[in-house]
Amino acid sequence: MTTSDRPRRTLPGSGLVKGLGVTLRSMTKRSVTEQYPDVKPELPPRSRGVIALLEESCTVCMLCARECPDWCIYIDSHKEVVPATEPGARDRTRNMLDRFAIDFSLCMYCGICIEVCPFDALFWSPEFEYAELDIRDLVHEKDRLRDWMWTVPAPPAADTAAQEPKEVTAARKATEEPSS
Amino acid sequence: MSELLEILIRVAVVLAAFLTLPLLVGQMEHKAMAHMQSRLGPMYAGAFHGWAQLVADGVKFAQKEQIVPAAADARIFRLAPAIALLPYFVVLALIPIAPDVVGQSLDSGLFVVLAIMGVGVLGTLMAGWASANKYALLGGMRQAAQLMAYELPFVLAAASVATAAGTLSLTGIVEAWHPSWLLWQGVGAVVFFTAGLAELNRPPFDMPVADSEVIFGPYTEYGGLRFALFLLAEYAGIVVLCLLTAVLFLGGWQGPFGDSLVWTLTKGAMLAFVVIWLRVSFPRLREDQLQRLAWQGLVPLALVQLAVTGVVKVTV
Repeated sequence: MTTSDRPRRTLPGSGLVKGLGVTLRSMTKRSVTEQYPDVKPELPPRSRGVIALLEESCTVCMLCARECPDWCIYIDSHKEVVPATEPGARDRTRNMLDRFAIDFSLCMYCGICIEVCPFDALFWSPEFEYAELDIRDLVHEKDRLRDWMWTVPAPPAADTAAQEPKEVTAARKATEEPSS
Repeated sequence: MSELLEILIRVAVVLAAFLTLPLLVGQMEHKAMAHMQSRLGPMYAGAFHGWAQLVADGVKFAQKEQIVPAAADARIFRLAPAIALLPYFVVLALIPIAPDVVGQSLDSGLFVVLAIMGVGVLGTLMAGWASANKYALLGGMRQAAQLMAYELPFVLAAASVATAAGTLSLTGIVEAWHPSWLLWQGVGAVVFFTAGLAELNRPPFDMPVADSEVIFGPYTEYGGLRFALFLLAEYAGIVVLCLLTAVLFLGGWQGPFGDSLVWTLTKGAMLAFVVIWLRVSFPRLREDQLQRLAWQGLVPLALVQLAVTGVVKVTV
């Protein structure tokens, strides 16, 4: 046993005084309690509260429903024929969204549907106060999911050291003259 | 007739103090303990920082069913909370807050106060025995052991002060008090206060009611108003102990800027804060540590203090 391993000689009772000091110091500091129902919590950016749907962007590609690990997204749609606008052209078809529902009693907030959406129709919203008395009411239909869009915050500014967004890079490359 | 009226008024004032001071200490405990643990404590009852929390608790306790276990010794079981509570009421009536602010001044005040405070613990013992519950009995046994161990240094430290003052009257002790007592009676003060805490089962000396081992010791079977009375007794005990320590060792109403009852109450309140502070800071002592602290720590210290007081008193 080296000298440094040996406990240092201290005055008897100094440990007790130290303990008293700790409690007295924490009494003078602000307490960490959140006054939740009275004061809303300040949630960090990208908080996962509820999933919002921007219905106008949805093309009913069904990727979200297929990637969902819980199968908690329900999508119904039909095709509508858009008649040809010029003579000789053929009629076009469009996917029309009939139903888009997320069952939040099944959802595990993994966010895969949002990641996978190719048209940016799904968003995280920090709202979390949507508890229900009946579990069946946790199925949010598309109008309710659309309403959550109003609570989606603007994306936080990119980190100063972060890579440029791909769209910006592509746009810059298209406008700049080739350097070589 | 006027004499009777005066007695009634005195009893009423002491009763009012007896019912409010423990609540103040309890509220201070709620808030101080919470902030020491980085919490807020009660915030809702009474709208402003939960000032009415203990009133609300009292209302809740009063609504609850009064249960007496079938196997319990019903009469003793019902009597125990009163035995635990009443002595502190009597003691509070005997403690002088200022020279003329006292329920009843007695020439042998210190003697009577110590005798009656010993009775309070009997209530806990009765509760432990009459509950017919193994945890209550275990807690009661621990309480008895603790009483045996800590009553001795408690009385010895008080005896030291009485010797120094040359009187048993509480008013007389304060009048004989001098700031130098803080030095040569300091050990006695610490011993008295610590032993008093142990008699009140305050943490870190709460082995008899250790909830992780014996549920709530002697109070396990109690609920509703009877349980509330035991709680009130604990906080009344804190009030009595703090005021008594302030009167015996800290000079009571003596202080800078003139003598006043404010000094006694301030000193008492500061000691009550220390009681809460100790509770928050230290873990519970084990049963054998409790006994060792009493017999190997406090009793010798109290005896040395008594000897020093005697020598100083004779020589000086």
